[in-house]
Amino acid sequence: MEITLSHYLVLSTILFAIGLVGVMRRKNLLMLFFATEILLNATNIAFAAISHYIGDLSGQMFAFFIIAIAASEVAIGLGLLIVWYKRTGKIDLDQMNSMRG
Amino acid sequence: MFEAIAFYLFAALTIVMFTITVMTSQALYAITAMAAGMIFISAFFFILGADFLGAIQIIVYTGAVMALYAFGMMFFDTTRDVVEKRTNPQIVFVLGVLAAVMVVAIFVAPIVSNNIQALYPIQEGVGNSQAVGMVLFTKYLVPFELAAVMLLVSMIGGIILAGKKMDKSLTLMAEEDISTMDDGFEPQAGGH
Repeated sequence: MEITLSHYLVLSTILFAIGLVGVMRRKNLLMLFFATEILLNATNIAFAAISHYIGDLSGQMFAFFIIAIAASEVAIGLGLLIVWYKRTGKIDLDQMNSMRG
Repeated sequence: MFEAIAFYLFAALTIVMFTITVMTSQALYAITAMAAGMIFISAFFFILGADFLGAIQIIVYTGAVMALYAFGMMFFDTTRDVVEKRTNPQIVFVLGVLAAVMVVAIFVAPIVSNNIQALYPIQEGVGNSQAVGMVLFTKYLVPFELAAVMLLVSMIGGIILAGKKMDKSLTLMAEEDISTMDDGFEPQAGGH
């Protein structure tokens, strides 16, 4: 019973689907951030698995850069979220209609 | 054999943890399950021989990102139950079709990838951290520096957005008082 590349890709797909479900059903912005982290982690697993099975280090490099992007996204996003919460007291997506979009 | 056992064990644990993160209505449960799921994902990296990536996953995700979320949650009302959205069926349909296409592409990908040559092959007798360092500082030097600049920019942005005027509560102030505060770093929300 050997673990092949397809096993990892299926796992990555399942995790990505869980993240998509989270993005679709969440209204609280903090929970939406959690779902995006799940999406990024699912792709990281796929990158690392492909890197291992093809024998190429590029996949791991891309996973590193994804982690760096996720870290900076969290810093900026939480900063904006804190400013918004200080002004309005809510972090629900449906209340963000001040631009009448 | 042990690899298979470890893979299935950690796969089940990761899926359960992320399902809890997505489905629960308590923010504290969500963040705790999220941190556990991040640790379990690092196990996959160790199984795959990407030791450095696994260590980075633990340090950056569960050390920095989760701590940042926990810090941010101190500002929000986390004891209240999270209200869920009434989903638009059209959006669900479009996203479902996109997910199905993605699944097909993922299953086709190993067939296509039989023709792919390794650009930076993993060398024998070199540890994973050493090999990563050699590739990162030769072939990927420019993206590495760009990522460093991006992290610096995001750090300054986070400090300016969250750190300024922490002693004042913008929620309790009137709209006029906010707009007459001396430096205008806040976005003007309109409607006045």
